[in-house]
Amino acid sequence: MIWDSWTAFFDMGGRGYYVWMSFGFTALVLAAEGLLLRQRRAGAEAANDRAEEQGDDR
Amino acid sequence: MARTEQQSTERYGGRWFWRYASPAAFFPLAGRIERLCWAVAAVLGVLGLYLGLFRAPVDAQQGEVYRVIFIHVPAAWMAMIIYLAMAFWSLLGLWLGTRLSFMMSRALAPTGALMTLIALWTGAFWGRPTWGTYWVWDAKLTSFLILFFLYVGYIALAEAFDDVRKGDRASALIALVGAINVPIIYFAAVWWNSLHQGPSVVKQGGPSIAPIMLWAMLTMTFAFWAWCIAAAMHRVRSVIIERERNAVWMKPVVRGQAERERT
Repeated sequence: MIWDSWTAFFDMGGRGYYVWMSFGFTALVLAAEGLLLRQRRAGAEAANDRAEEQGDDR
Repeated sequence: MARTEQQSTERYGGRWFWRYASPAAFFPLAGRIERLCWAVAAVLGVLGLYLGLFRAPVDAQQGEVYRVIFIHVPAAWMAMIIYLAMAFWSLLGLWLGTRLSFMMSRALAPTGALMTLIALWTGAFWGRPTWGTYWVWDAKLTSFLILFFLYVGYIALAEAFDDVRKGDRASALIALVGAINVPIIYFAAVWWNSLHQGPSVVKQGGPSIAPIMLWAMLTMTFAFWAWCIAAAMHRVRSVIIERERNAVWMKPVVRGQAERERT
């Protein structure tokens, strides 16, 4: 452990704003990608089910 | 288009390539790769963050803010590598007419765009305290912004056609032409004067950063690799479901797979 305290960790030598804006944004983007992936799969499966119900042989 | 497996075996040798060029054969394989890569991404991500935030020492010149490197560089590498991969699959698709190649290319694009966004954003928040500005129109940053627009253009064009095959071919051209931009980005800081530093890991005489920093960065890089592969495999499976809707093999496979994954 290189930090004296959690306060020092979050402060990042006075550059906490820049460090956490970077790491936070990355976490946000990755979470968003996870949501997008789920949405797309759900959409594809729903369209599949609809096609099957209607006997759609497009 | 209707090449039989036997013909292609005669022409191209090995069977495995054509076997997995078939969406039906690739679908379950992609699922296995995806699950493996999510696990690798999680383990290496935690390890890399631990090394980067709790073990790597402060940088003598930049102070603590240098830790942004542990996400900035892996994301920037992935942004470039994914674009090259997209160009590769597009070329293969145009050349051999394999449907799965275009699906791979399309599945990679959103992940590549998001990696580019992460690299641009973290670069800005690293640049502000170190260079005194969030943004500067120099060769490296500008060509990286162009990379983002190439991704957006690729996705927009691919989705602009009702006929998916037209969309495949049109967007494949963007992928191929835009690939020229990748070496320009990579060498921009070497070829032109730039605020952006030159390469510090991949260079003659070996890396110029402390070993623990290098380990943290490599771990994060492999975590990002695994994430991107997992995301692309997940998305390509969605694309296969969307496109192979009427294929006979599809119904039991998708149904079974979906049920197994939910439990």
